[in-house]
Amino acid sequence: MKQRLVLNLRDLPTYGFGTESPMWWGTLAFISLEATGFALAIGTYFYLAFIAQGWPISAPPPNIWPGTIVLVMLLVSVVPNHLVESWAKKEDLGKTQIGLTIMSIAGIMPLIVRIYEFPALGLSWDENAYGSILWLLLGLHTFHLLTDVGDTLVLMVLMFTRHGKSGRRFSDVSDNAFYWDFVVASWVVIYFVIYVFPRWQT
Amino acid sequence: MKDTSPPVTSGLRDTELDDATLDRLLKKTWETPKGLYGWLATVDHKAIGRRYIVTAFIFFLLAGLAAVAMRLQLAVPENQLVGPDLYNQLFTMHGTTMMFLFAVPIMEAFGVYLVPLMIGTRNIAFPRLNAFSYWVYLSGGIMLWVAFALNTGADAGWFSYVPLAGPEFGVGKRSDFWAQMVTFTEVAGLAVAVEIIATIFKQRAPGMSLDRIPIFVWSMLVTSFVILFAMPAVMIASTMLILDRLVGTHFFNPAEGGDALLWQHLFWFFGHPEVYIIFIPATGFVSAIIPTFVRRPMFGHLAIVLALISIGFLSFGLWVHHMFATGLPQLGESFFTASSMAIAIPSGLQIFCWIATIWGGRPIFKTPMLFVLGFIVTFVLGGLTGVMVASVPLDLQVHDTYFVVAHFHYVLVGGAVFPLLGAVHYWYPKVTGRMMGEQLGLWSFALIFIGFNATFFPMHILGLQGMPRRVYTYMPETGWAGTNLFVSLSSSLLVAGLILFAWNAVKSLKSGAAAGDNPWDAPTLEWATSSPPRSYNFSRIPVVSHREPLWAQRQFLDVVSGLRVDARELVSGTVADAAPQLREPSVDNSIWPFLSALAVGATFIGSIFTPWAVVWGGIPIAIGLIGWFWPKGNPEDEE
Repeated sequence: MKQRLVLNLRDLPTYGFGTESPMWWGTLAFISLEATGFALAIGTYFYLAFIAQGWPISAPPPNIWPGTIVLVMLLVSVVPNHLVESWAKKEDLGKTQIGLTIMSIAGIMPLIVRIYEFPALGLSWDENAYGSILWLLLGLHTFHLLTDVGDTLVLMVLMFTRHGKSGRRFSDVSDNAFYWDFVVASWVVIYFVIYVFPRWQT
Repeated sequence: MKDTSPPVTSGLRDTELDDATLDRLLKKTWETPKGLYGWLATVDHKAIGRRYIVTAFIFFLLAGLAAVAMRLQLAVPENQLVGPDLYNQLFTMHGTTMMFLFAVPIMEAFGVYLVPLMIGTRNIAFPRLNAFSYWVYLSGGIMLWVAFALNTGADAGWFSYVPLAGPEFGVGKRSDFWAQMVTFTEVAGLAVAVEIIATIFKQRAPGMSLDRIPIFVWSMLVTSFVILFAMPAVMIASTMLILDRLVGTHFFNPAEGGDALLWQHLFWFFGHPEVYIIFIPATGFVSAIIPTFVRRPMFGHLAIVLALISIGFLSFGLWVHHMFATGLPQLGESFFTASSMAIAIPSGLQIFCWIATIWGGRPIFKTPMLFVLGFIVTFVLGGLTGVMVASVPLDLQVHDTYFVVAHFHYVLVGGAVFPLLGAVHYWYPKVTGRMMGEQLGLWSFALIFIGFNATFFPMHILGLQGMPRRVYTYMPETGWAGTNLFVSLSSSLLVAGLILFAWNAVKSLKSGAAAGDNPWDAPTLEWATSSPPRSYNFSRIPVVSHREPLWAQRQFLDVVSGLRVDARELVSGTVADAAPQLREPSVDNSIWPFLSALAVGATFIGSIFTPWAVVWGGIPIAIGLIGWFWPKGNPEDEE
């Protein structure tokens, strides 16, 4: 079929931020499916609580402190996270490098506290269904925390190499910040389920 | 032959190039290298789509052989051919393979192959994720069937109910392999869904606003969203199942606060949308085939799109109708009866639109159209029995009988496999460059249509007579012997039809008539390029100004210019209007998705035997993913 040139796209940019970028939509799609997973796990928690004679089953509510420290750390990390995002959008390499370094530390710190959070739940996964769902919820969130910290670390290293000067990398940094917000927001919800709901019950 | 031409100037655009030079340079940039490495590293959506389709048909064959073994066993009462243990594995492998390894993957595979071509782009979004998804899917399928060959085939039914599949009764590793196969296939399925959503949202040809998207593409978009919100349920459920079995959690153990019905809720929250994940793309095939073969645009285009979207939403409100026999509260049952019947409305709307389109057109009865007509008849019958079993009293009567077996085969084979076979005949010339034989097509359709109805219609009667599903044999006194023998004999017609179909497909690869770009004079963009399409799909990205672009403008194809030819580049635009925003780079071939899939596969399989596999497997997975994402200095990485 013969072609007729009707549009010249020579001047279009090769990367964009937010909704301009296909990667942003891909990230949103992954967030949606992972949020569905969280929602179903939380649904399971309440399903089990609903059919139980008493809740929590054969255990006091979990020790609230490690989870609360993680909550505070994650909420505080939202500030540098959004700073990094804005620096990346301005394509300021120096500040983005500093910001990603801070975000890597801000990601590793709650992971260290998480090590103490599992025993603080007060029972093992194999004691009863309540223990099983607590460990599943905390495990699911830890998995997300771990993968995003891994991603942030790799991006940080990348930004210190010659590849960091590419505009696409800045776009990647902003998508990573978007995903971190999801990791924080999901913890706010799970925190209330694991720590506040059983206290409210009793 | 090795390309010895001088290197291309960095940043060279297509604007001033003549057609021959443009094709030569684009070929250099986009082609998959020959040899094993190229085969493993390719990220071409067409190569991966073809692989997915062929692999899914191989699983279809394996699951079909399991069905043949079951029909041989049931042909006469008290048959000794297959024992109860093997029979349990056969029906589980049949259902599991058909649903997880054939039906869903093949629908997604058609999306992987066709969507980028139909919306006028050069590759799917996230091409490496696409390659990764195929290898993960393949590993999961091979694992399940190797386990079956070693007498460790899953044996608790395709929905793997606890406590039968739990630690107490599901001894050995059979259910563990089933649960991990789910993880493999759902990772692959979810990845493809994400790719298809991003592709359709962002990579449509300039001008392809929402109202100009082909209905098949709409169907893949809706399906992908259903996958996004349904598949996490079965992943969570199968993870809980394997945790119960391997590390002693109690999710489904009533003695420790768990609940067996929890499994059914989670499974069917996925399982019912699953039916629509298979059915919605099939209706997309039908909506693509009908206009071409009746020579007019679809009647009620907007109504069909809205019907597809509403089916997507409603599919999440039906799951409890699989659980009517579990003694749920009556109010809940009534709600799910109403919602199950409600979904018949948008389905019916589509059928009326198709009939109206055929009515107002000039039908040409080629093989794809025959399969579509066969679909309409068969699916209406399946839909009617669906409305019947949506009613609680009737459902309680026929629950777990052959009536239900008949119903879901009418819906799934009639509703999905018939359109699929029509779609294979329809797009075969695009994929291979050759036509499938029309005479053989007619014979295979006739045998499949008659064979299918003669096999499955009598099962309604067997069910009403009380024959339960999943029994390995029955007594002569039941009076079911004659009908069962009839069913088994009829299934040989169905098998013969499918063999003819396969023979036609294989034979036509070599001896089919040359197809040309647009052998059916079809209206959508995939027919605007060569058959088979070149590695870069379109030498210049089309511009769309009409819903049926190739019918509206027969002299010229409007196209864009200004894209790079020395780097993989495509056009990315706004979600609603497809107004161009970016010259988006598309990644090059890479071995890392394959290596990452190997690491993921080894971890999943290892986790069946020890939970530590997840910890140690994390290391090669992390290495694989870093290798995958780390820029290699290609022009695509550096802009």
